[in-house]
Amino acid sequence: METTTVNSNFKSEEYFINMGPQHPATHGVLRLLLTIDGEIIKKVQPDLGYIHRSIEKMCERDSYQQIVHLTDRMDYLSSHINNEAVCLTVENALELDIPERVKVIRTIIGELTRIASHCLWWGVMGMDVGALTTYFYGFRDREMINDIFEETCGARLTMNYNIPGGLMFDIHPNFVKRTKEFVAHFKTKIPEYDRLLTGNVIFQKRMKGVGILTKEDAISFGASGPVGRASGYSCDVRKHHPYSALDKVTFNEALKTEGDSLARYEVRIMEMWESLSIIEQLIDNIPEGDYKVATNAVIKLPKGEYYQKVEAARGELGVYVISTGTKNPYRLKFRSPGFSNLSLLNHISVGGKIGDLVATMATLDLVIPDIDR
Amino acid sequence: MNISLSITKTIHDWLYSIMPETAASITEMVLIALVYLGIFAVAGLFLVLLERKVAAWFQLRLGPNRVGFHGLLQTMADALKLLSKELTGTVKADMFLYNLAPYFVIISALMALAVIPFTQDFQAFDINIGIFFLIAVSSIGVIGILLGGWASNNKFALIGAMRSGVQTISYELSIGLSLLTMILITGSLQLSEIVEVQKDGWLIVQGHIPAIIAFMIYMIAGTAETNRAPFDMVEAESELGAGFHTEYSGMKFAYFFLAEFINMFLIAAIATTVFFGAWLSPFGITESIPLLGVFWFLAKTLILVFLMMWFRWTFPRLRIDQLLTLEWKYLLPINLVNIVIMAFIVWQNLTIQF
Amino acid sequence: MKGYKIECMINQALQDLIGNWFPNPEVKNISEVVAVSETEDATEENVENPEPVNPSLLEFTEEGSQFLNITVQPEQFYALMTQLKNNTETHFDYLFCLSGIDWGEALGVVYHLESTTHRHIVVVKVKTEDRENPTLDSVCDIWKTAEFHEREVYDFFGIKFNNHPDLRRLFLTDEWEGFPLRKDYVDDINMVIK
Repeated sequence: METTTVNSNFKSEEYFINMGPQHPATHGVLRLLLTIDGEIIKKVQPDLGYIHRSIEKMCERDSYQQIVHLTDRMDYLSSHINNEAVCLTVENALELDIPERVKVIRTIIGELTRIASHCLWWGVMGMDVGALTTYFYGFRDREMINDIFEETCGARLTMNYNIPGGLMFDIHPNFVKRTKEFVAHFKTKIPEYDRLLTGNVIFQKRMKGVGILTKEDAISFGASGPVGRASGYSCDVRKHHPYSALDKVTFNEALKTEGDSLARYEVRIMEMWESLSIIEQLIDNIPEGDYKVATNAVIKLPKGEYYQKVEAARGELGVYVISTGTKNPYRLKFRSPGFSNLSLLNHISVGGKIGDLVATMATLDLVIPDIDR
Repeated sequence: MNISLSITKTIHDWLYSIMPETAASITEMVLIALVYLGIFAVAGLFLVLLERKVAAWFQLRLGPNRVGFHGLLQTMADALKLLSKELTGTVKADMFLYNLAPYFVIISALMALAVIPFTQDFQAFDINIGIFFLIAVSSIGVIGILLGGWASNNKFALIGAMRSGVQTISYELSIGLSLLTMILITGSLQLSEIVEVQKDGWLIVQGHIPAIIAFMIYMIAGTAETNRAPFDMVEAESELGAGFHTEYSGMKFAYFFLAEFINMFLIAAIATTVFFGAWLSPFGITESIPLLGVFWFLAKTLILVFLMMWFRWTFPRLRIDQLLTLEWKYLLPINLVNIVIMAFIVWQNLTIQF
Repeated sequence: MKGYKIECMINQALQDLIGNWFPNPEVKNISEVVAVSETEDATEENVENPEPVNPSLLEFTEEGSQFLNITVQPEQFYALMTQLKNNTETHFDYLFCLSGIDWGEALGVVYHLESTTHRHIVVVKVKTEDRENPTLDSVCDIWKTAEFHEREVYDFFGIKFNNHPDLRRLFLTDEWEGFPLRKDYVDDINMVIK
């Protein structure tokens, strides 16, 4: 049995609890070693690696088209955006001219993925805090998006719809109609979510003032995505380094300044509204054209280094490729948003209670395969 | 009325004729205990199924509907499964206390069930300190929880048991005080007397404002007593496994589980008795058919049980320190002030009488 | 790369500013020094000696990359990083990617830095030739995100970091032998070679 040493000065009144890899509140296989004194947490040490699949090493052996398939399994809730990241890296390196149609469709499906991820997050958030019904409501709406994806991309979770050069097939004729129906339906549902959870006094007392992250700490810890934006750090990659069709749409960046769990919650709800607005701006005007450009069967990137940032549902996903001109990358590194977000868990939970830790972790929205790669 | 009187009277006379007095009364008591055990089991089974169906209704799904007609036999199947499970025990657990713990909760629930008036004269034990007896007996259940958590030799179970102990002890105060508020109107602790007084109008109507406040406090405190959401930090599944009953399996787990539902039923039954007139029909419409009292009693109780289930599936959980703050800083002062108001109203004859 | 030519001016300014922090001591001795070449270092003193000597101890390049790359020696590394963060004109407070690389003979680490106020990006590379016991300075006290990232680099490449508060393996178990992401790592059981 492996032993993990606790690097801390262990006082005798403190004791040591393992929120082990199988646990209803850690979203995935994450092991947290807590040193607690009564109910107060003194130290949180995450223990990672339970779902480490050495994706980066596999990428050194696979071709670029195969690498796209590996990225789905990292952050499986924003799988389309992960695929988009690698495809954009390859396309920018090869300096391909991607048709407008492809860019718009990628953006629409990316925003739908973001909404689906946030629906699941909301459901699980309520469940962790104790309102068990929210899980079903979140999944009910996510099912509608999954059905749209299934019709167009062929899969519900690991979509693999992007390929370097464009899309794998053209969108289904029903796609536009179903997406519009979904947008209209979901606009009535977010207020329902607000009535059920956001305004609830018990919920607010659980989340307000809990797990506060200041802006300097957010930047120093590399927090991105909703976690960073809730602390007032403007880090939306869609605004600062736009890609695909994002420079053609207008949307607001969801920013809040308090940095506590309630702010992180509200930022995600605002993001859902913004995503709906982006989809509405694009869905009626999908340009005609090809759905892909031809690439070689064996893609070789020119010698050099390439970096592409995208805004996944969890934060800033980065793909860093070093190529020596061969058909496999020399080194491919994924900058995963969850990894940086997890590193601040110790900083913001110390001094709080176990109940606060659960609420904070739910708002950080960690997906462990994204962290472990 | 005449029917039930004659059945119990018939059995009573028959027993006394065939056996000497002591043996007859002991047999009588055993029979009554068996009847109540039967009520306990059936009520428990039914309530578990009700909870699952109500939860499914809130969560936009169907709930158990395969076993039996619309899932009516589901709990029976669950009970059979639990009976056949292996009784795991931890190596270092204190075996005697570990085995003893579930019995405390069961016994306290059964004893409390004995004084509830289901209808006229259908009460196993009508002592003159009815309410006091109820509160005292439900306090015994805490021992079972603490023993269960301690004897399991498991850190999580211990944390859960400690939290539960603190919670239960705190909220017993609120329950006692809110019931005391209503006793000010009735003037007697005996449950059948309380029902008699309500023939002039249910107590919640008679006491108007302070009675309504007392009822609300009672429901909150009652939900906390039974460790149900939103006060179920004790068994918060998403935090600490299963709380104090982590190490229990099979029949012993079933005891804890059933006891929780029976406690919920008890809280609702006491509320019905004290606030809503027990087995009395609204405006006295069916007073002529006394046996219908059971129907009215059960209907009122089940509405309150539904209310408690509604709480569970809607609200998030309170943190343990927020829970205790609620009790000691809010409910207790309000309760005390409420008693004074109620005393004033009774003294000045401001109660609403019909 | 598309769309980044616009920033070349800013890159140039960055290069001048940062290069000046670490002037090459050899420059003062030679009166006439020039650094010619395509996109390489610009220099303060314009002279016409055909032998290019780097006026700064750092090497700048933009070839083969979207951003300005700075290659620094391990000795000046920590001072450079501190300056990059603290200097108000550069103010690189966001370290967004820390990757370990096995360059074949050397092991190195690549830092991608961004400034949240000026929004410029720079890449810092540092290498060490020592494969047996590679050691570099840690930047944990400058950017707190480095703590976990450096543990990951230690786990996969074996590079040790001085002054790291808690340097142990992150993903792999403590008893694992070897450093998997190195190019010379051999593992018959776990690696599938096509």
